[in-house]
Amino acid sequence: MFAYIIRRFFQGALVLGIVGFIAFSMFRFIGDPYENILGQDATVLDRQALEERLGLNKPIAIQYLKFLGNAMQGEFGVSYRNGIPVSEMIAQRLPATIELAIVSALFALFLGVLLGVYTAINRDGFLANFIMTTSLIGVSLPTFLIGILLIWVFAVELNVLPSFGRGETVEIWGWKTGLATASGLKSIILPAITLGLYQMTLVMRLVRSEMLEVLRTDYIRFARARGLTRRAINFGHALKNTLLPVITIIGIQLGQIIAFAIITETVFQWPGVGLLFINAVNFVDVPIMATYLLLVGSLFVVINLVVDLLYVVIDPRLRLDGTEAR
Amino acid sequence: MTTNALLEVNNLTVEIPTRRGTLIPVNEVSFNIDRGEIVGVVGESGAGKSITGSAIIGLLDPPARIAGGSVTLQGKLISDMNENQLRDIRGKRIGTVFQDPLTSLDPLMSIGNQLSETAMAHLNIGRDQAREKALQALIDVGIPAAESRLDAYPHEFSGGMRQRVVIALALIGDPELIIADEPTTALDVSVQAQVLMLLKRLCKERNTGVMLITHDMGVIAETTDRVVVLYAGRVAEIGDTRQVLTAAIHPYTQGLVGATPNPTNLANSQERLNQIPGTMPGLLSMPAGCPFHPRCSEVMEVCKTTLPTLSQRENSTIACHLGAEAKT
Amino acid sequence: MSDSRWLRWWQSDVMWSWRRSPVAIVSTAVFFALAFAAIFAPLVAPYTPFDPSSLNLMDGFTAPGETGMGSGNKYWLGTDDQGRDIFSAILYGMRLSLFIGVMAVTLAAILGISLGLIAGYFGGWIDAVIMRIADIQLTFPSILVAMLIFGVARGLTPPELRDQMAVWVLIISIGLSDWVQFARTVRSSAMVESRKEYVQAARLIGRSPMIILRKHLLPNVMSPVLVIATISLALAIILEATLSFLGVGAPPTKPSLGTLIRIGQDFLFAGEWWIILFPSLTLLVLALSVNLLGDWLRDVLNPKLR
Repeated sequence: MFAYIIRRFFQGALVLGIVGFIAFSMFRFIGDPYENILGQDATVLDRQALEERLGLNKPIAIQYLKFLGNAMQGEFGVSYRNGIPVSEMIAQRLPATIELAIVSALFALFLGVLLGVYTAINRDGFLANFIMTTSLIGVSLPTFLIGILLIWVFAVELNVLPSFGRGETVEIWGWKTGLATASGLKSIILPAITLGLYQMTLVMRLVRSEMLEVLRTDYIRFARARGLTRRAINFGHALKNTLLPVITIIGIQLGQIIAFAIITETVFQWPGVGLLFINAVNFVDVPIMATYLLLVGSLFVVINLVVDLLYVVIDPRLRLDGTEAR
Repeated sequence: MTTNALLEVNNLTVEIPTRRGTLIPVNEVSFNIDRGEIVGVVGESGAGKSITGSAIIGLLDPPARIAGGSVTLQGKLISDMNENQLRDIRGKRIGTVFQDPLTSLDPLMSIGNQLSETAMAHLNIGRDQAREKALQALIDVGIPAAESRLDAYPHEFSGGMRQRVVIALALIGDPELIIADEPTTALDVSVQAQVLMLLKRLCKERNTGVMLITHDMGVIAETTDRVVVLYAGRVAEIGDTRQVLTAAIHPYTQGLVGATPNPTNLANSQERLNQIPGTMPGLLSMPAGCPFHPRCSEVMEVCKTTLPTLSQRENSTIACHLGAEAKT
Repeated sequence: MSDSRWLRWWQSDVMWSWRRSPVAIVSTAVFFALAFAAIFAPLVAPYTPFDPSSLNLMDGFTAPGETGMGSGNKYWLGTDDQGRDIFSAILYGMRLSLFIGVMAVTLAAILGISLGLIAGYFGGWIDAVIMRIADIQLTFPSILVAMLIFGVARGLTPPELRDQMAVWVLIISIGLSDWVQFARTVRSSAMVESRKEYVQAARLIGRSPMIILRKHLLPNVMSPVLVIATISLALAIILEATLSFLGVGAPPTKPSLGTLIRIGQDFLFAGEWWIILFPSLTLLVLALSVNLLGDWLRDVLNPKLR
């Protein structure tokens, strides 16, 4: 098991190395770094000074290592567009994105598992069929349309919830949170639903199909033959076995939430890193793009590691010898 | 037979509606099991053995359903019970052992918990008592170092040991009857006999009746008191095991017995095992008359048109036209 | 096609279940109707919405079914702020959306099938490298991959060409973000197939790998590929719309459905709901019909595929 974790860890490190190299290449090869930093009117002397300062005359490998070293110290360069250090811009906007992602992930997970179990147990029920049919429309509905629809209904027509922004924020231990004020809580409802709805349908459909599969297995039949109550069978045996494969997918879904946050943040003008990134793509602001890539890459690697660890905790088969049953 | 039998199956019929017509995998099957008696149910695959077992405890997979007949346990009708009533029968009065011990146990729950969970469902006892009961059950089925194995998970046991755990689970509610569906088929040959002997010993000790479903005449010979031979969903012959093995009357039973190697003269036997020619008819292409007649070596004209009924012949009850007219 | 071949096709398993599935029939009909209208947009559309000379600013914000104040033309689905006919704009937008979607899926399929076949047939380190790349890419959501590729490609093209190149950049970024599914499925089929005796025999008699891959392995993977391609098309259409909506896709001068929705969002608060509603509905119906078609195909061709 230990070897398994170690191997996973190295795989994660490898992924990060590759992501880092892509980020570095973006810095180095997109556009002219001299022009990007110095502007078009730079003299040859300016260029030489910059070359010396940034080490652009050193071998690529050395430059790459230096880039990684800087990144580890939180040094990501300066935005091409407004000259503010990227680390500062990201740090300022990260809390908004994290809060949005967590709230919608909880929403998606909780409701998704609940509805998935319900539709699996009451397979041919009217309500279950209705939920399944609706969910197919939900999968075909692009995230941004869901957001627009919610804005139209709740902000424009009913005028009960705000259509953009985070509302009031307060700072708690250096963290700017919107979850502690009434207007902040009201503001997060629509974005969180928008962001979580698609994941919720996916989790639901996945839980349902896995659960149906599990309900067909021999050990569920045997559990019935042992005379256990339906409750004990559904929740004691079936659900636990269902959640095992679901955990992996949910890990990936968390990554998806971070990515889809870009869309939601654009629709609701939510001041998070996603909005920052989309503007960066638009203006080819390479330092921000590269930093975002690194940030999201590390996040995904961490999520995958956590999922692997969770697997080990839940599945006794993995506790002894980590290699099989994956 | 006697009316105070433990289990009485009467004209049990199971239907599976399909798009291409209704299948009848179990057709008017009747037999009894007494307390402490081990009854073998034998036949080729598809003969309806397992479905009969599932039908008795109400575990037919939809759309299969009981279409006729009755099942009574100690005089109480159980074939028309609903799921809630059946829950008090399953595990408590009828224990079940499935074919594959690898898949019968929940992989994510320790066997101790699976045992005590079952005990608590039926015996009205607390967690601590249930755990003691679980431990005792493991000792009874001969799991070495049982105490330290309570918290082990199914994958940590070998196939034979797992089937012992399954037997422990089937017995923990002190049932009057065990339905064992091919309990040794998935096991190594070397542990098959051990598991069978264990099952036999435990049931004799507790005076538990056993319905042993198998396709293996060797298992029948070693374990059972009486045999029910099924062919194409119908009873072909019922009789005492020794009678059936040595002097089978139904040509199908003769074929089954003849297809089993005889260990006593295996060494000097140069002849090949007898085989029954052909295969069992599909459920959608059942021949008229006796379902066995296309493969029967002693087929008569009457067999092709008329279904034989069960009748008492010496120590057996058989469904065959052969010799029937001589008797009447 | 001769009569008998046509009949055989009509009576094949796939068509048999098609005729028995109302959902499949309706979604096929809807999809082909939309595709037809899109392909022949220049003939079907009543106006040429992106020709500045034909626009009449006085027609701006005409409500659906009303006549424009300036020209007196009738607009079924209304006009936007510049007096462009929404109906015509949708047709042209759908044309672009479908074009990008189909091209992107084609690119993804070619790339994925080739890499999958190569990985499955040769195995060893080639397989390891290809599948590791696939794994890493799969860690990242396709929308993020597409955006990054879009951003990089934008950085590499001169600013004055960016709008012109946008469509092709979109195709490449969506295509490159979506090849993994194809590669994985094809690889596993190819691995199974390449161990079979007829392929071993073909290898032994010295057939070149290219011919074996094309003649023996490719035909065996076509039905799962068809399923994935259909589902990918729905995803590609949505992805393209999303990118364009976010402003990193088709430019306003040559709008796709996503761009139209982006434009319409500004007018939602002002009460001109039709500018955003009709493009959104079109996108939804288009994506839904392809999705339902893919769902049905998956059930028919390969129930195990999920």
